[in-house]
Amino acid sequence: MPSAVSSATLWGLRAPSWKKLSMATVGVVAVVVPLVSSDYRTFQFTLALVYAIAILGLNILTGYNGQFSLGHGAFYAVGAYTVAIMMARWSVPYYLTLPVAGLVCLVIGFLFGLPALRLEGLYLAVATLGLAIAVPQILKYGRLERWTGGVQGIVILKPESPFGLPLSQDQWLYFFTLAVTVAVFIAVRNLLRSRSGRAIVAIRDHHVAAQAMGINTALVKSLTFAVSACCTGIAGALGATVVQFVAPDSFNIFLSISFLVGMVVGGLASISGAVYGGLFLQFVPNVAEQISKAAPWAVYGLFLIGFMYFMPGGISGALGRVWEGINRRWGSKDLHRASIATGPSTRVRDE
Amino acid sequence: MDLLIQQLVAGLATGGIYASLALSLVMIYQATGLINFAQGEMAMFSTYIAWTLVNAGMPYWPAFFLTVGCSFVGGILIERLVIRPVENAPMLSIVIVFIGLLVVFNSVAGWIWTHTIKPFPSPFPDQPLELIAGTAVPMHAVGVVVVTLAVMALLYFFFRFTPLGLAMRAAAQNPVSSRLVGIRVGRMLALGWGLAASVGAVAGMMVAPIVFLDPGMMSGILLYGFAGALLGGIGNPGGAVLGGFMVGVMENLVGTYVPFVGNELKLTVALVIIVLVVLVRPAGLFGKVSVTRV
Repeated sequence: MPSAVSSATLWGLRAPSWKKLSMATVGVVAVVVPLVSSDYRTFQFTLALVYAIAILGLNILTGYNGQFSLGHGAFYAVGAYTVAIMMARWSVPYYLTLPVAGLVCLVIGFLFGLPALRLEGLYLAVATLGLAIAVPQILKYGRLERWTGGVQGIVILKPESPFGLPLSQDQWLYFFTLAVTVAVFIAVRNLLRSRSGRAIVAIRDHHVAAQAMGINTALVKSLTFAVSACCTGIAGALGATVVQFVAPDSFNIFLSISFLVGMVVGGLASISGAVYGGLFLQFVPNVAEQISKAAPWAVYGLFLIGFMYFMPGGISGALGRVWEGINRRWGSKDLHRASIATGPSTRVRDE
Repeated sequence: MDLLIQQLVAGLATGGIYASLALSLVMIYQATGLINFAQGEMAMFSTYIAWTLVNAGMPYWPAFFLTVGCSFVGGILIERLVIRPVENAPMLSIVIVFIGLLVVFNSVAGWIWTHTIKPFPSPFPDQPLELIAGTAVPMHAVGVVVVTLAVMALLYFFFRFTPLGLAMRAAAQNPVSSRLVGIRVGRMLALGWGLAASVGAVAGMMVAPIVFLDPGMMSGILLYGFAGALLGGIGNPGGAVLGGFMVGVMENLVGTYVPFVGNELKLTVALVIIVLVVLVRPAGLFGKVSVTRV
């Protein structure tokens, strides 16, 4: 890091310190929130985290790798059903089901990603849309009913908090989900900042050039699909544990679309955007539902179109612009430059 | 044998609906290189308009044509107001706008007409038609095939023999040169959207008596429309129509004769067709393989 950058300050703090400070604030809020909220509120925050993971998964694929998926609800469903079947049929404890669900989705994602390699842009969108539409029907299929419970779905029990911790079930699940969320986010951030991450982005930006530079585009694309499906599958697994119930019709095409909404609202190709997207998916429909039962989806649709017109960078893009504006207004030029160099939007680093 | 003929006719009938939808997808694809994911929901919305008109006491056929007209205007408006601003945006943005439209139509239909399933009248007589001695098929099925073929014929004549149709084809094929010879390319695109919306409306009104009317009725049909369009070749209107019919027949035969599929996995059949086609022959059966320069 050049010395000019480290000397620049805003209100007495350097840019990296600002970043740390805001992260710490977010961390404290995330820990305190369930302790001061009702169980139902806590449950809602848990679901927001679950959505954030799912959106992050979709964002790896669509935002960073440039492959469309209109069917990520399918992987969410696979994760959820893996957990439900293991917990209800084989009485496996919930924390052991999570890695299995992730692994199952990783494999399925890779297998679906293999043919998907040959599908450019729109064709992939059509195929994944097909997947999303077909999934509820597959889950209801008579011969699988022994495992999936058919139309009825599966009810699972909510896990108790362990080691005699003085937490309600909802609070415990919140902290469990929070821990998984943090782990997944750090893992994804590291992945995207690594050599593989740059390969993923290079394929999005110019796949012929990426190939010319020696990137095995076929393999990277398949693996990206797998990792993306794995994230969303983990989200599904957590979602099933939190909601305590899985049924085919809750994994319809609109689940996939809501992930897309969350991704667009939070910000394409943005890691923090997934959190905004998750919060949006959880809380905006509640507000809109007071107008009409159909209103949340109308709002979703308008947000999708509106964001594409006016805010293609989503919330995180807008926040980034605000941050830059603050720097330009009050900070020194150096700080402005520093925030760009360290910001998540640029992955160009001297190595 | 009875069963086979009945299933064939039923397959052709649903195939006709898929063919109409596939055709409307292809029309927009040819003009813009985009797949309109909202096509099914637009058709559903049109069908609700028809339902409202019929319920208000209008006879079926005037309501039918009025709906087609409304859809035409609606399609043009959508192109002008919603699609045009993102015309040159990256593919991802456009797809997201399409999905936004899909969601808006779906929720607004649910908002206005509720999610209760409604019966939709069929314009064709109730008594079954005896095709061959002893084998009766529902009149509606025959009617659907006839209507579909009539729509195709009309479109064919429009595009083949009228100056406007020629202008539209030119605008789709080579926008720059068309503009140079004085064709209003933007207007032709809007017209294309209007026509596609009308064809979709016909598909919606034909399928509604079979699947009943509700805001989610088109999602499965759209999938079959995609399958038909891809199977026939997304760049080839005639191929897409044939593909639609083939998918309809295939769906019914597989559902009847392949025991483990039955009615329960019909949508999966469409998914398998889509994946197989794009894997084995992405240009479809009758499409031309396109090569892009990078």
